[in-house]
Amino acid sequence: MTDKNTRKTGAGNGSVAPKRKTPARRRAPADTARKAAPAGIGSATRGKVMVTGAAGALAQHVIALLRENYDVIGVEFRGLQTSYPDTVDYVVDFNTHPFEDVFREHGFTAIIHLGRIRFTQSTRGRRYSANVTGTARLLRLALQYGVEQVIALSTFHVYGADARNPSLIDEEYPMRAANLMREIVDAVELENLFNIHLYKHPELNITILRPCHIAGPGISNEISRMLAQPVAPCLLGFSPLMQFIHVEDMAEAVMRSFERNHPGVYNVAPDDYVSYQDALQLAGCRRLFLPSVPPMLARRAVRALGRYAPPSYLINFFKYAVIIDGSLFARTFDFQPQRSLTELLGHYRGNK
Amino acid sequence: MRVRQFLKPRTVTREVDALVDALPKHNMGSQGYDPWGLNPDTAKISFMAVRWLYDNYFRARAFGLDNIPAEGRLLIVGNHSGQLPMDGVMVSFAVANQPENARLPRSMIERWFPSVPFLGNWMNSVGGVIGDPKNCAKMLERDEAIVVFPEGIRGSGKSYRLRYQLQRFGHGFMHLAMEYNTPIVPVGVVGCEETMPSLANIKPLARVLGLPYFPLAPLVPLPARVFMNFGKPMHYANDARNERDVEWRVEEVKDAIRDLIDTGIAQRKSIF
Repeated sequence: MTDKNTRKTGAGNGSVAPKRKTPARRRAPADTARKAAPAGIGSATRGKVMVTGAAGALAQHVIALLRENYDVIGVEFRGLQTSYPDTVDYVVDFNTHPFEDVFREHGFTAIIHLGRIRFTQSTRGRRYSANVTGTARLLRLALQYGVEQVIALSTFHVYGADARNPSLIDEEYPMRAANLMREIVDAVELENLFNIHLYKHPELNITILRPCHIAGPGISNEISRMLAQPVAPCLLGFSPLMQFIHVEDMAEAVMRSFERNHPGVYNVAPDDYVSYQDALQLAGCRRLFLPSVPPMLARRAVRALGRYAPPSYLINFFKYAVIIDGSLFARTFDFQPQRSLTELLGHYRGNK
Repeated sequence: MRVRQFLKPRTVTREVDALVDALPKHNMGSQGYDPWGLNPDTAKISFMAVRWLYDNYFRARAFGLDNIPAEGRLLIVGNHSGQLPMDGVMVSFAVANQPENARLPRSMIERWFPSVPFLGNWMNSVGGVIGDPKNCAKMLERDEAIVVFPEGIRGSGKSYRLRYQLQRFGHGFMHLAMEYNTPIVPVGVVGCEETMPSLANIKPLARVLGLPYFPLAPLVPLPARVFMNFGKPMHYANDARNERDVEWRVEEVKDAIRDLIDTGIAQRKSIF
């Protein structure tokens, strides 16, 4: 990469990365500049895979599993940090021109798209731009450069939280979040984007995964933050049933969907359940009860707690159960989570 | 969890503990919950309270319980009344408390219950499930017994002058029974109409509180005697040609329930 916007950060040789607004490559060109050798006879690996969101805990687990058999290029677009883990090869905004250089330089056979700006991480506009517009470009480039498989990480949040939700929601259930929660509409749009490509461009072999709450070491989503706190808020009179999947199990689920390649939309969740308040207690949290009615008071109480509580627009996920049916994924990919709820929640208790 | 841990050893007898443990329960997770929120420990604590209500307050009596099969998918379809879902509680308890072939039926509850603090969680933890066809279908796939009141709020919220007059039945239960090859056991409940006789529905107050109705009725249920008659299982093949066929079949079930209500009224010697 010789683009003036693309610089080495030197993270690998111990120097401090400069602050930048432009995309940057993090490794010496000698490491990655070669075109990928075609997979097959004479190739050391089965192909080259792009993993987005490479700085995240889930991506780190996935990359560790992938590296046994594949060349992996980690790409990150979230935030501009001074240091990134070794799994990140490029820091690049998907909406900028240099992102195409990454495709030009590496002949990717597959993309595992785990990078998504979470609800709490930015403004609605920025999230939309990065998650939806950015991903649209990613898919355009995937088509243009002949990528053969795409795994996309979505979320169970797309179903929305509502008192009228049935239990064991399957993949055909409407993505009601678009109607119930404007703030998380980008997650629904992202799914729609993948769904359109899934049917319009079957050659991309898109698999969309909608996991339940991912938790465990290194994960810093909303629910993990609550579980990691010594005192966690909960709404008086509400303790919705929840599902959790360990980050290592989720990484295994991503791997199976990648290696077995059955395109489609799948919920990913264990057949095990715990109420929110029980989960807090198993994680060693003390409960801070907040008023739940009227809803306006509940929202104000949550806002007053700032980052010690979930954002107010996600409050209904801490009020009503959103239980998804992961049986289709389990059947199709012969998947069974290996970590129990006790082990998962015990991790948070052990860290207190 | 802590409330349960405190109450269970203080309230639940060994007999009830063993009785609820012996009930067939499907899909229980490692933390004692099934996908619909049923929690056996909460059910045991509630079982004690409901048993007192059943035996001493409502002096309930159930007939024809031998029509309930010991296993397999089942729809128990009855008449709804009494403003509060006391009839569902009584029917479920009668089926769960029988000496042989006991099973824990799941009651379909109104969709607004989960939005009520404490009540929604409690109803889920004792076996209540939102009355959604998807829920019902998933439970039938898992061979559960389900208590359904196809009148919905039309039945529970009706005024006392309409007592024992069946309101319009939704057809959803019949479609599910046909699609999932599920027998229907009709049940006629007598007495719940008198537990909370409503003179009128105060609609403006209901609107303000976000409730489907607000009855002008006693503040607590009255101790009316409750009689339940379970009928013979009814089977319907999945061969309805149109909705009119389905409607005829629903009317057959309604007729069966009417007969069972008449039987219950004849059995009752006094209201209280």
